[in-house]
Amino acid sequence: MGVVNHLPTRRELLVGSGALFAWSQMPRIARAEGRDPRLLVIVLRGALDGLGAVAPVGDPDWISLRGDRALVLDGKPPALPLDAFFALNPAMPNLHRLYKSGKAAIVHAAATPYRERSHFDGQDVLESGLVKPGMTSSGWLNRALLALESGGRVDPRGSRALGIGSVTPLVVRGSAPVMTWVPQRLLPASEDTQNRLLDLYQHTDPKLATVLQARMKLASLGGAPGASDPMSGDPTLAPPGIARVRAYFAEAAGTAARYLAKPDGPRVGAMGFVGWDTHIAEGAASGQLYNLLGALDGAFAAIESNMGEAWRETVVAVVTEFGRTARINGTQGTDHGTGTVAFLIGGGLSGGRVIADWPGLKPAQLFEDRDLKPTTDLRAVLKGLLRDHLCVEEKVLAEAVFPGSADVKPMGGLVG
Amino acid sequence: MSSSAKAEAVLALHRFGMGPRPGSIAAVGTDPRGALIAELDRPLVLNAAAGLPSSAKAYRTVADANARRTARAKQAQQQAKKQQIAAAPVMSEDQAQTQGQAQGQGEKDAAEMAAKQAADAIPDPGRPIYLQEAKLRTEAALAADIGFAERLVWFWSNHFCVSANRIQSMSGAYEREAVRANALGRFVDLLLAVEGHPAMLVYLDNLGSMGANSTAGINRSSGLNENFAREIMELHTLGVRTGYTQDDVISFANVMTGWTLVPPGDNPEHGGEFTFNPRLHEPGGQTVLGKRYEQEDVEQGRAVLRDLAAHPATATHITTKLARHFVGDEPPPVLVEKMAKTFRDTEGDLKQVSITMVSSDDAWRGPPSKLKRPSEWGVGMVRATGITKVDPVRFTGGQELLGEALWRPSAPKGYPDDEASWIDGVGRRLDVANNFAERLAGMADPQAIIEDVFGSEIAPEVKQAVGRAESRQQALALLFMSADFQRR
Repeated sequence: MGVVNHLPTRRELLVGSGALFAWSQMPRIARAEGRDPRLLVIVLRGALDGLGAVAPVGDPDWISLRGDRALVLDGKPPALPLDAFFALNPAMPNLHRLYKSGKAAIVHAAATPYRERSHFDGQDVLESGLVKPGMTSSGWLNRALLALESGGRVDPRGSRALGIGSVTPLVVRGSAPVMTWVPQRLLPASEDTQNRLLDLYQHTDPKLATVLQARMKLASLGGAPGASDPMSGDPTLAPPGIARVRAYFAEAAGTAARYLAKPDGPRVGAMGFVGWDTHIAEGAASGQLYNLLGALDGAFAAIESNMGEAWRETVVAVVTEFGRTARINGTQGTDHGTGTVAFLIGGGLSGGRVIADWPGLKPAQLFEDRDLKPTTDLRAVLKGLLRDHLCVEEKVLAEAVFPGSADVKPMGGLVG
Repeated sequence: MSSSAKAEAVLALHRFGMGPRPGSIAAVGTDPRGALIAELDRPLVLNAAAGLPSSAKAYRTVADANARRTARAKQAQQQAKKQQIAAAPVMSEDQAQTQGQAQGQGEKDAAEMAAKQAADAIPDPGRPIYLQEAKLRTEAALAADIGFAERLVWFWSNHFCVSANRIQSMSGAYEREAVRANALGRFVDLLLAVEGHPAMLVYLDNLGSMGANSTAGINRSSGLNENFAREIMELHTLGVRTGYTQDDVISFANVMTGWTLVPPGDNPEHGGEFTFNPRLHEPGGQTVLGKRYEQEDVEQGRAVLRDLAAHPATATHITTKLARHFVGDEPPPVLVEKMAKTFRDTEGDLKQVSITMVSSDDAWRGPPSKLKRPSEWGVGMVRATGITKVDPVRFTGGQELLGEALWRPSAPKGYPDDEASWIDGVGRRLDVANNFAERLAGMADPQAIIEDVFGSEIAPEVKQAVGRAESRQQALALLFMSADFQRR
């Protein structure tokens, strides 16, 4: 299943959003500088295991930490070398290619200021740009757009952000108008959700557990009708499991790219992908995480090809609420942690490097003797992108976009 | 409120109501039985229904549209044929012979297509009426403080079901006019209202049923349809195998001949309304269940219905079904007997029967083990979020996907009320829950639902699963799918 080639009409887009704004005067961010940059933010919900995605194969403690679950250069399949120290998960050949050509960078051992381990709160901090969690109504990307507008850098009538998915990600919500596009094919209940539900039933309702188990067994045989949108009454057949996830990632990301590429389209956008909470049977080298990273890699390819000419001026930031435990847990998975990776890709990037102030993996070097210690504030990375790519003023970044972050200096040299 | 009081309130909301919603625990208060009974004192009217057509009006609207469709189609077909004749190329005899068949087929197709297009230009008004009615009924369930009375409406509507597949335009109005208006009255009045409602007469094929010796029967030498009489005895009143015979069915069917509706084409004022047509009615007296009925007109049928309503077998049948629906697949016999006694003692006062049920300890015992039907589960899910408006296309679509399409049961027996019939569909509920959760994730906080809507009266395993979920969407889906949400 490839990317759907149909670009939704304006009407479909607006109907999908319920946000009925006129489609005109799209922003020309940083036009004064003669550039027309695009920024897409992808939030990986559930907390990505940074060590399972980008392995520190040169760290002497790596193998002892993860044992036979450690990604290695001579593994099956072999991890993809990035530099003398880091190697990429073998599920991501596209990212590897982009990295080699300087169009991708990886930030490792990074984290937001959040130090607890709740997904919801972690995602709130990541997306709101605030130091503490809480139900907040606006995200940093939206506030960045507002700042550009008030600074006269974009036409205030035209500033629009794009949200992909039936729920607009918090990072892009706020006063600046958002238009949303909902993929035709909604993501089915993930395998992870089914497993959790099964676990819940096994502890509370054995009869329901039996029924759910039967359904999961049937689905694993393939050919089960997938719920593209169960409420729409359109029972189209969909491929099972990971193929559906791949198709969804590619469709959602590819469509976002097509909107951002349009001459009169939005210039910033955000979307979320779920499924990263790999407590059980993480499968970094083959299995759950491998499959998800592969789907994400496919989304990268869809973005690159659908951006067309605009790829040159594009930056995609892929972030997650926090990392996972450095060690493997008792169920061959990992639990909620702290430091993790962020992927940056795009033609506008000055990449080809892993940016990390490596903390080490010895017990004393781990955060609370369990997590990869965060040594880079993710806000520094994001502020660097907003300053150098979208040309948001540093003062505004410190006060309005990431309030209370004056001491977190924007990371320079990411774009150029 | 204490934790045990909250737990009792949550049970009341699940078992007898439409499920917890914001503020509903407080609405139930510390006396759940009293709160349930108090709800029955409120009028069961849908104010918002003022703008909706009566069943007869809806029926006429559809009939008018159908007549216009037929006329337009005919016109278009004739026009297409004329054009084809005029445009037909001159052919040699050989060509005409070899191509004749194909040509004729092509002309026919073109004419039929023109007819279809012309007909389709006039939309079917039945569907929008159905959706409006569905929206209204669903939103009544969402808005109710507890929803006990609405649950009773749903119960009786299913007990006396009609099918929108047969009679879409009237299905919603039927529920309002016949069921809702009598759901808290006497059973006999409910019975007379539903059996005399045009929607039921259409659904159970009584419109053309005629006595062999009636005027119409002699002239047309066609006759009786037993369906209506049989289903009234088997499903609506006495229950199957309660002693009535095939002869009783035939006699009762004769009694009910003439119960029909005013043809909509003939009468723009009253078309679609109930009427008794003496020309269809079998003359003379009839014996049903050993009793002689000598009345000559519509009163004959009413008399039989009154006696069926008062029959002891009806009391047992009805109260067993009620208890099974609310309390459990195998309701305590003591409870059923208490309810049946009230039914008999009060001449079928349905409000008193409902009060007896919720006043009895037997109705409250035991853990929540009854699997909610898809309709109850669906509306409960929406209620928990505090949403009070629905898109009827999506909502009815979801119900249909889960096997309980609104007002469309596959047989006059209505939708079943036992776990075995529904449990295999629970897996499919996950798709609906996941989808709903995705649409909702930005607006609803699963922790707040647990604390505020459920008063934290939910299994610790569920709380844990919700707390550990990787996203709000997943947390909501797990919550909606939990046994605490599925069972009552």
